[in-house]
Amino acid sequence: MKELKVTPIKDGTVIDHITPGRALKVLRVLKIPESTSSVVSILMNVNGKKGKKDIVKIENRELDPKELDKIALIAPKATINIIREYDVVKKHIVELPNEVIGLTKCSNPTCISNTHEPVESRFHVVSREPLRIKCYYCEREPEDITEGII
Amino acid sequence: MNFKNRDIISIKDFSKEEIEFILDYAKRMIPYAKAEKHTTLLNQYILATLFFEPSTRTRLSFESAMHRLGGNVIGFSDPSGTSQKKGESLADTIRMADSYSDVIVIRHPQEGAARLAAEFSEVPIINAGDGAGQHPTQCLLDLFTILTEKKKIKGNNVVLLGDLKYGRTVHSLAYALSLFKADLTFVSPETLKMPKEVINECKEFGVEPVSTSNLEKAIKEADVLYATRIQKERFPDAEEYNRVMGSYKINNTLLEQAKNDLIVMHPLPRVVEIDPEVDKTKHALYFKQAFNGVPVRMALLSLVVGGKKL
Repeated sequence: MKELKVTPIKDGTVIDHITPGRALKVLRVLKIPESTSSVVSILMNVNGKKGKKDIVKIENRELDPKELDKIALIAPKATINIIREYDVVKKHIVELPNEVIGLTKCSNPTCISNTHEPVESRFHVVSREPLRIKCYYCEREPEDITEGII
Repeated sequence: MNFKNRDIISIKDFSKEEIEFILDYAKRMIPYAKAEKHTTLLNQYILATLFFEPSTRTRLSFESAMHRLGGNVIGFSDPSGTSQKKGESLADTIRMADSYSDVIVIRHPQEGAARLAAEFSEVPIINAGDGAGQHPTQCLLDLFTILTEKKKIKGNNVVLLGDLKYGRTVHSLAYALSLFKADLTFVSPETLKMPKEVINECKEFGVEPVSTSNLEKAIKEADVLYATRIQKERFPDAEEYNRVMGSYKINNTLLEQAKNDLIVMHPLPRVVEIDPEVDKTKHALYFKQAFNGVPVRMALLSLVVGGKKL
């Protein structure tokens, strides 16, 4: 019987150290597969040095590390590795910006940002450890940040 | 301190020194608010009052404040006759009002509406209540009332009573009172307790609020009793509502146990929380509190519009 396993990729991007169970949410934030036709492999609950983690590998496509900061909201410890000819040529640890815009909806149903007004959702980062964000408009803090990811 | 063109959206946007400055200036507005003195400080300026939700005191006191400063008022108090009903966005309504006026006061049922309005307006926006969110001018007039009656805020034992879970005014008031280092006691039914995040904010200023459901005990030590309305719809049935309301009613029998100089405040409208018999006692401060809305709002209008002072 042929063994099926995920092998190292030759060229592309590897997102490592994703909070276990969050790989699919990371893909949703990056709009994958809609935004790419590359081969994407997902590994969930992989045993790492610091416990379990998820990994996402995207072949033949280098994602802009800064763009990937968006995933810091759901995977604050993720690292981005750009791979060329099987070697890591660039490594980037995601960094949450001070303001999170247009990435997650406010959990307050009566917040003005959840209406047809011409504005994007906007949050201030209150604390990074533990991660807490506050809506710029209604000043509420969502309990589950991943819930509202757009 | 320069407040010209500054938006008044949330009490949290202001430092303690800025709040003290506004309250100090409001004190000087009292004779003008009472029409004992006259001014044309905001002559030729226009205030737009956009009330997407009903209001009595807030709207009237803003309008009175603008008139007392010699300015003019345009606006609406019922959105049913406006383009909002035709589906116009708040952003567009604000752009329009911005071009017709020098300052905009807005009350809106949705949280964050005033903050959004400020993004689309060149002229200053004053938040007169955004849903269950902020009501900074109420908070300022409450602080002003305590300050003028008690000469200081620090060290006074302020009892906040009623619906502390959903009450719009009590959350920002608890924050502001903590900023000024008042002692806080929260009295509410078990189901309407002060949210944990508000208590945590108080603690950040070194204030340790006491939470209880026993009003009789709390009133003995109180310097200020701040009552709020408990809405019937917050309770599963009428019987439970009546039971709770019975134990939180402020009347002369309850006040016999209070300190001689206790002041009773209420943002109004009251329904059954305060017995009308209390109105005649020296403790009743709620109507004076409602009047204080005028000098406080006069101070804010003149500071943000003209940057001028009397």
